[in-house]
Amino acid sequence: MLLFIALPIVSVIIQSVYAPHEQVIREIENCGVFGCTTSTMVDVEATAAQSEGAPMGRFVGGDIFTDRSHLATSEIGVLWSTATNIGDFLDQLLNLPFYGALAFTLTYTALVTPLSILLGFAIALAVNAIPKLFRGPAIFFSLLPMIVTPLVGALILFWMVDARGILGSVLQALAGDPNLSVKASTPLMWTMLIIYGTWASTPFAFVVYYAGLQTVPQDTLESAMIDGATRWQRLRFVVLPHLLPLTTFLLLIKIMDNFRVFEPIVSFNAGAHAQSLSYFIYSDLSSTNQLLSSAAATSVLTILGIIILLSPVILRTWKSFGRASS
Amino acid sequence: MTTSTAERRPFALQAFLVGFLILWIVVAAFPFLWTLWGSFKVEGDFFSKADWTSALTGPMTTVETGGSMTGQGYHGAWVLNEFWRAVLNTFIVVVSVVTISLTFGTLGGYALARSGYRYVFWILIVALIFRAMPHVTLVSGYLLPFYQWNLWGHLPTAIIVLVAINQPFTLWMLTSFFQNIPKDLDESAMVDGCSRFQAFRLVIIPVMWPGVITTGLFSFLLAYNDFAVTAMLLNQENQTMIPKIASFLGTTQTKGNVMFAVSAVVSATAPLFVLVMFFQRQIVSGLTAGAVKG
Repeated sequence: MLLFIALPIVSVIIQSVYAPHEQVIREIENCGVFGCTTSTMVDVEATAAQSEGAPMGRFVGGDIFTDRSHLATSEIGVLWSTATNIGDFLDQLLNLPFYGALAFTLTYTALVTPLSILLGFAIALAVNAIPKLFRGPAIFFSLLPMIVTPLVGALILFWMVDARGILGSVLQALAGDPNLSVKASTPLMWTMLIIYGTWASTPFAFVVYYAGLQTVPQDTLESAMIDGATRWQRLRFVVLPHLLPLTTFLLLIKIMDNFRVFEPIVSFNAGAHAQSLSYFIYSDLSSTNQLLSSAAATSVLTILGIIILLSPVILRTWKSFGRASS
Repeated sequence: MTTSTAERRPFALQAFLVGFLILWIVVAAFPFLWTLWGSFKVEGDFFSKADWTSALTGPMTTVETGGSMTGQGYHGAWVLNEFWRAVLNTFIVVVSVVTISLTFGTLGGYALARSGYRYVFWILIVALIFRAMPHVTLVSGYLLPFYQWNLWGHLPTAIIVLVAINQPFTLWMLTSFFQNIPKDLDESAMVDGCSRFQAFRLVIIPVMWPGVITTGLFSFLLAYNDFAVTAMLLNQENQTMIPKIASFLGTTQTKGNVMFAVSAVVSATAPLFVLVMFFQRQIVSGLTAGAVKG
């Protein structure tokens, strides 16, 4: 039984390690005519011939990882020596595709995660305050943004925010600019994606906190009240500590989910303004000459990123697990 | 929770909370209602340059079709663009994924829940990391061998990949569920002369349905909502709903095609509405099961 679960995992890991070696020839040629951008199609035949000889491609180790589309080590070196100040350097850095995607993914994760957790907590408090009769419908409507297919949910919002849609018109009226279009501006696009992200991931935080609120020990609350604790103090010293483990859990799940943000970018057609790591891989894979090696290299980097992001949480869990079982 | 004295709030606070909640519900639900309403209009109304109210009243719709509501978008999507084929494919994929992953998940989850601790922990950590990986990442690993083995484009391939992606999560949920079923239950069955498998079949299966249904719901959602895997691994004929909708968008230049996408979106959302309506309790309990454990 374990085999059934382990095999796909192992095979994926192997493939993500091996795939970079495929089509390496083309990448190498690219580097050979460094600085010339029109060289992508030149060596297709050579690539085909060579890849027939060696199906996995030539082994190049880390070359793909360091080329311009990924870590771009040499470009960074050049930038570092030519850039006049740190802001200029960062500007140039974000123009490199991989770092641009990384920057968006990190911004998205860093903003959406806390926003949705806070908002979810507030909604949970509010739902907890209304009469029981209305809670069912309230939960029903709150769940919708999360349950609905991400691509579809993002599309719905996208249509509303279209220059001719209802939200788009409202925005134009507010800004007093009839030509305002979210599609055309990078900062607006980022904002929109982040708003969508918060909209879509708040319900999860809400549901978890709502369930957590049901288990807050009433005795402690009451004794706190007898001791003269104000409403705020009760929230601060009884409810919040009780919900702390849930927050850790939410952080873990939300970071995982937000880090792989992908569908909204497809829906919003935002590839020109904002790329996430997932979208970066996707566009590599779906371009006409499938850049398998490039996609796989990004994949490996993405996995590394996730491991780095999650390692504190996993370490904590591991420690507490060790305590629990010993 | 009953409204104890600890819960009583001053009027201002209560009003603020209720107001906030109503605002949120509008934000959460309004887009869906708007799109549902708009899907019965023509494009000129749903995307109205002149006046946003025309999406509600539909003057262009009346001009173009004679009524204030029209099924044109649905006709275009379902009949002209063969959306029904995508729906059928989705159905096949979803049913197979749920069945297969539940079968493996129940057996595996039971085994894990009854085995030593350390071991379970590592499996779950792997499962967690696996869940954390973007699906596209996995697809890019699968793509090359699938080309070489000529497996690309078929429904079973996508099903297998989805099951593989889904499995760690299923396993995680079912393991924590089985851990809540007291060990005494199957141990006493075995003392009474059942074999391990009989104990599972006669004692555990009757009590496991709540957990299985919840997990099944989430498998369903994963398979239904997936875009990355089905978009990359299926060819044109075998497309499921979500990639199909995305492909409508590629052809939005022609007038009216956007409305095909809008009505397809509404069609794809409707089953989820029904699902949430009937299984709200299970979804909520499933979402929180992991949290309480974690």
